[in-house]
Amino acid sequence: MTVSVKPGKLIKGQTGDWEVVIGMEVHAQVTSKSKLFSGASTEFGGEPNSHVSLVDAAMPGMLPVINEECVKQAVRTGLGLNAKINLRSVFDRKNYFYADSPQGYQISQYKSPVVGEGEIVVELDGGRTATIGIERLHLEQDAGKLLHDQSPTMSYVDLNRCGVALMEIVSKPDIRDAEQAKAYVTKLRSILRYLGTCDGDMEKGSLRADVNVSVRKPGGPLGTRCEIKNMNSINFIGQAIEYEARRQIEIIEDGGTIDQETRLFDPNKGETRSMRSKEEAHDYRYFPDPDLLPLEFTQSYVDELKAKLPELPDQKKARFIESLGLSPYDAGVLVAERESAVFYETVLAGLADKARDGKLAANWVINELFGRLNKEGHGIGDSPVSAAQLAAIVGLIGEGTISGKIAKDLFEIVWTEGGDPRELVEARGMKQVTDLGAIEKVVDDIIAANPDKVAQAKAKPQLAGWFVGQVMKQSGGKANPQAVNDLLKAKLGI
Amino acid sequence: MSVDAATVRRIAHLARIAVTEAEVPHLQGELNTMLAFVEQLSEVNIDGVEPMTSVTPMEMKKRQDVVNDGEIPDDIVRNAPETQNHFFLVPKVVE
Repeated sequence: MTVSVKPGKLIKGQTGDWEVVIGMEVHAQVTSKSKLFSGASTEFGGEPNSHVSLVDAAMPGMLPVINEECVKQAVRTGLGLNAKINLRSVFDRKNYFYADSPQGYQISQYKSPVVGEGEIVVELDGGRTATIGIERLHLEQDAGKLLHDQSPTMSYVDLNRCGVALMEIVSKPDIRDAEQAKAYVTKLRSILRYLGTCDGDMEKGSLRADVNVSVRKPGGPLGTRCEIKNMNSINFIGQAIEYEARRQIEIIEDGGTIDQETRLFDPNKGETRSMRSKEEAHDYRYFPDPDLLPLEFTQSYVDELKAKLPELPDQKKARFIESLGLSPYDAGVLVAERESAVFYETVLAGLADKARDGKLAANWVINELFGRLNKEGHGIGDSPVSAAQLAAIVGLIGEGTISGKIAKDLFEIVWTEGGDPRELVEARGMKQVTDLGAIEKVVDDIIAANPDKVAQAKAKPQLAGWFVGQVMKQSGGKANPQAVNDLLKAKLGI
Repeated sequence: MSVDAATVRRIAHLARIAVTEAEVPHLQGELNTMLAFVEQLSEVNIDGVEPMTSVTPMEMKKRQDVVNDGEIPDDIVRNAPETQNHFFLVPKVVE
């Protein structure tokens, strides 16, 4: 599968423009109750070495038995990445010696991963998109955690995370600038969260990325890459790429060469630095794990999982655009986070007339609600205005009971005081005046009191807006704007 | 296929086995004897033969996703030379 790579932003150097080439390895913790090869809990935290079985601690004679849920989650993720699912894959041992792995090796998949090539479409600024190729996805074990700051001479080892299932998702080197890289991780995280195969919590380390960066003259041969390890923030990924690309360009332009190495990003300084160079290159001596048979399943197993996949962000976005007439931008904002999409769909479910008010509801969710939530630092989960309340407000506007302006006041009341919007409108007399007689009286009074403005408006019809403003003011914003317009046009003869 | 003295030292280091200089020639000889023995297998033509993964035709058994193990921190660290609050303590691995 070859995708056409979207050119990215070039970086200006002393010797002309440079292109950045980026590939990513994302480690996503699989959502499951127990570990990949043991029955110990995957729960985050816990007392040291409590969520550990004798298998995880690599006690002699213990054998791994694979968790079928982790396999299912990997296949579902592969399907969500539009990728080839391999009906037969193999687990290998990746040998290394370190205190975070009591086995002395990580069980991973090397030559035959469970998922092969795929691709995802990522959203860039200004409605642009880029297609990023997926090289593979494989299942592997997470390692334990070391604490180095508890003692001057000892490291403390906690194996609670040891053996938890990870999906390593490897992109093709199709990413061309920091914006695309951030969009890629954002989209990947969104897909994983829609699928429910990884919670995407970057702060807890459920999703972390290794970023490979190299630079070259546009269209030229690939440069030597550096790998920035263990990034757990989308913004830091962007900053690290910008810094690393400039660092490499400066070295090359000064006549130097890039050493292939592993680097770490320091968020405080905004720079990458070389990890202590290992005395020798890694030699993982991969070989098939003799404790595990090949992982095999049937096409019908895959088809069944495919049939039960939830609606993913791209499909949801297309549906919002087609069936509700939302703009691609609005639809994109609503589907980006699973919680936002769920909230909007709950609002939709509360509307009496979805076709009429669906678009209005989108405006209200995005502009009024999200705007306010952002301002006050709330998440959608702790919104003071529920989806049902917002649906009621939108319904009141849609059916013409209140004007958009009054609706903002109503929203404010619901935000601060709570309550049923319909009852509030009744109780506080916020209903829009649609009684033509009452509006007509106000219109007549204003026309009578302002003969000079009447003359002006007759000459220049766009000045009628002044009258609309006056009528709305007099009616406390409750006059139906359409009725006011119609009446004014008739009375002023314009 | 055979190994030289440098490879023996490297393999020992990767496995974190302390091997003295004096032991290297002996180990090199042993390893090369083993490799030569296994080397005989390359006389067999295996073109188009799938690697054998099991002597009995069977599929890999899978577990249900249930938590039915762990919560035994006393047992986990029982054999460790040094522990504290159920942490394993190992010589510091970073400077």
